[in-house]
Amino acid sequence: MMPGPRKVACVDIGRIPIALVTSDDAFLDLLRERYEGFLSSSPPEFELEFDLTSTRSSTDDDVRVRREPDAWVLERGDFRARWDPTTGRGTVRQNANPYSLDSVLRILHSLILAERGGFLLHAASAICDGRAYLFSGVSGAGKTTMTRLAPANVTLLTDEISYLRPGAGGYSAFGTPFAGELARAGENCSAPVSALFFLEQGPENRVDELSSAEAVRRLMRNILFFAEDYTLVEKLFATACDFVDTVSVRRLTFYPDARVWDEIRNFQGVPQHA
Amino acid sequence: MPENCIYIARSSAIAARALAGEMMVMNSADSTFFTLNEVATAIFQAADGHTPLRDIVRDRVCEQFDVDPEQAQADAEQFVTELSSHGILLVSNQPLAAEMP
Repeated sequence: MMPGPRKVACVDIGRIPIALVTSDDAFLDLLRERYEGFLSSSPPEFELEFDLTSTRSSTDDDVRVRREPDAWVLERGDFRARWDPTTGRGTVRQNANPYSLDSVLRILHSLILAERGGFLLHAASAICDGRAYLFSGVSGAGKTTMTRLAPANVTLLTDEISYLRPGAGGYSAFGTPFAGELARAGENCSAPVSALFFLEQGPENRVDELSSAEAVRRLMRNILFFAEDYTLVEKLFATACDFVDTVSVRRLTFYPDARVWDEIRNFQGVPQHA
Repeated sequence: MPENCIYIARSSAIAARALAGEMMVMNSADSTFFTLNEVATAIFQAADGHTPLRDIVRDRVCEQFDVDPEQAQADAEQFVTELSSHGILLVSNQPLAAEMP
């Protein structure tokens, strides 16, 4: 049987529009529902065409991302994708599981961002008074708690995966649809980054300095990157150093109540090197 | 040439960057990360594959830092052993081809 006509949902995260192409109406509906708020009519920069299978596969396997001569190959138990960075086009074979879809998109963005001096960070982020604040840490450190405690005038960008890109005046944080425990997509907007806080919970609210080396070390530990590629890893390291050079990075010990946001609002940071 | 002559070169699979007066070195293969002090930075920067370690210690360490030469040599050998075990430095008793990143 011939496949049906190609249908497209263009998903724009971090101002990088990617056309997701399918011939399956139900999958198209899933795409539109899942990425509502991030759908765009902009001309796509990249394209992924989906070939859906009915096989149920494990999402627990380790992801492998490797460079072949003509394409990146992204593999996990539940998906296999090839993406050619030269043409910007790729194919994905997976079932209609939305978690597989999120994973493929995150990996693709991590590859695109690494080339452009940006990165995905395991962090919550939010905009307060026109500036973005990032909250990173291991699972349980308080990323989702920080977003739950945020006052009503704070705009949530994500409670799980932050999206960072360099610009003329420093780094900007963008909203993502990738949600954590909050199970709510971020707003599709951006703001210049004011500070990155590594979270620890404690009896009181306190902001402490980190050495540049410690800041870079913690940052590298929390950047989402999957590719087995020395060149890109080196590029990410340079990006992490630039970020620490440009943005205030601190340790935030916090007691989980709303007063921690007073601490954020009053924070007047300077980058480590200053 | 002395029997115990050691040559050191930086691996090509590393990234290094000086930030706020500290040298940070990362092994790109496994993302292990090191911060070098001033003396270690002087040795690391001089690791060109063809200058013997003892000359590096004499010219770059003892000349610039107030250290006992024998102690400096022993410390340098320990530092080189540690970084080579993490793939940051290549070590040989013959000159090495430069693998600078």
